[in-house]
Amino acid sequence: MSKLSRRQLITAGAVTAAGAGGLAVAAKLAHRYGLVPPDSGGVYGPGETLTYAAQRLLTRHSMAREFARSQISAKPLQNEVAPLGDEFKRLQAAGFKDWQLKVDGLVAEPKTFSLAELRSFPRRSHITMIQCEEGWSYIGEWTGVPLAHVLEVVGAAPLATHVVYHSFQTEWWESVDMADALHPQTLLAHGMNGGELPVGFGGPLRMRVTRQLGYKSVKYITHLTVTDNIKQFGKGLGSASPEAGYAWFAGI
Amino acid sequence: MTEASERHSFLVRLTHWLTTLAFLALLVSGLELVVSHPRFYWGEVGNVNTQPLFQIPIPSSRSLVPTGYGYTLPDQNGWSRYLHFQSAWLLVLTGLLYVGVGLFRGHFRHALVPARSELSAKRLMSSVVEHLRFKRPVPEEAWSYNVLQRISYLLVVFLAFPLIIWTGLAMSPSFVSAFPAAVNLLGGQQSARTLHFFLTGALVLFLLVHVLMVILAGFWTRVRAMITGRATARKEGV
Repeated sequence: MSKLSRRQLITAGAVTAAGAGGLAVAAKLAHRYGLVPPDSGGVYGPGETLTYAAQRLLTRHSMAREFARSQISAKPLQNEVAPLGDEFKRLQAAGFKDWQLKVDGLVAEPKTFSLAELRSFPRRSHITMIQCEEGWSYIGEWTGVPLAHVLEVVGAAPLATHVVYHSFQTEWWESVDMADALHPQTLLAHGMNGGELPVGFGGPLRMRVTRQLGYKSVKYITHLTVTDNIKQFGKGLGSASPEAGYAWFAGI
Repeated sequence: MTEASERHSFLVRLTHWLTTLAFLALLVSGLELVVSHPRFYWGEVGNVNTQPLFQIPIPSSRSLVPTGYGYTLPDQNGWSRYLHFQSAWLLVLTGLLYVGVGLFRGHFRHALVPARSELSAKRLMSSVVEHLRFKRPVPEEAWSYNVLQRISYLLVVFLAFPLIIWTGLAMSPSFVSAFPAAVNLLGGQQSARTLHFFLTGALVLFLLVHVLMVILAGFWTRVRAMITGRATARKEGV
């Protein structure tokens, strides 16, 4: 074994101290600028924080790739859906006219919207790719109301940091930061490939987050909550995904 | 012991083992992720409704995938993804340290770039033949790399690792929203995934040959040299 010289020891000590100090400052700055994901604790916290911080520094306003109409997948894949139950069937039989989207939290005026109201809002369409974390993908055209528009209608507070969204399937709830919530491609989608959004693909209403993997594009949306304290939901990890072992940020 | 008499510098030893750790974690988690969809495609998109380029004949952790096996493996993707990306950060930061300091100190020029005389067809062929005959290296070789070693190390450091990092990032919907050329140049997101898999194969092949060569050269002396920096062959060779 080579012996460490006194000089090497002093240098190593100084480097370690500088590194620890630098990390402390970096952590403080990262919190201040919203670069720390809600699931930043635990053994994989450092990696998740690096990923989320790097992505947010690089991609806050970037747009997901959009494709040509000719690239729309002929046979999109809806993935497996757990049985939706009798209540859903009743709503479906009535053409979802009683489907409601409740919006509350840090808003000027909490509101409940019917599907017809949401459809009457300004709509946007984009032809984008949806990627599953498993590795498969397809391209489709999604049509819906930008989430930013709904947030504007209810008067979401400027100090909000996240929007939490809940599904008719109550075990599915997710959240996005404001960079994704206010992103022009983020839709409450009610249409797909020129028609109404099929039930298998999340109809009547699905969140569509273009820059993250499919599991952030939750199906059957019923409830949005605007918040400045993401830690107060569930186990404080940001969404149901980290509670099931999956990363909150799914941009990679 | 002075630095000049060390076989491997402290930085080379540290980054070697950090890379080993990161690579093995990436390999295990990456193979686990493949289990959830052991089908590979070319172009932008692919799923069970489209024709794969090839499918690995293993059972899957998703019942959606037609494997021919009557059972589904448990889902392990949550921790696999967490571990994969954390290890990727370790690999990238270690790689930047190694390449950055290596360039600054002239490590690549001194230790890895082959001399022009070594690159003649005759010299190269004789080195290939020596390797294929599993000829044990002469003791002096404990103090420098032979020409095939130099070429393969340079290819791994400056070609295979950059490509596997690139193809990995090209799969990230968020990353490519800022840098669309990263995926467009590869011909699509599924092409990036397939290339990422092939590059893994190339790096695993390198790892196997590397370990085999270490065993042939004398496992413990070479591993000790990479841990402590000391090589004893010069004394033994005298």
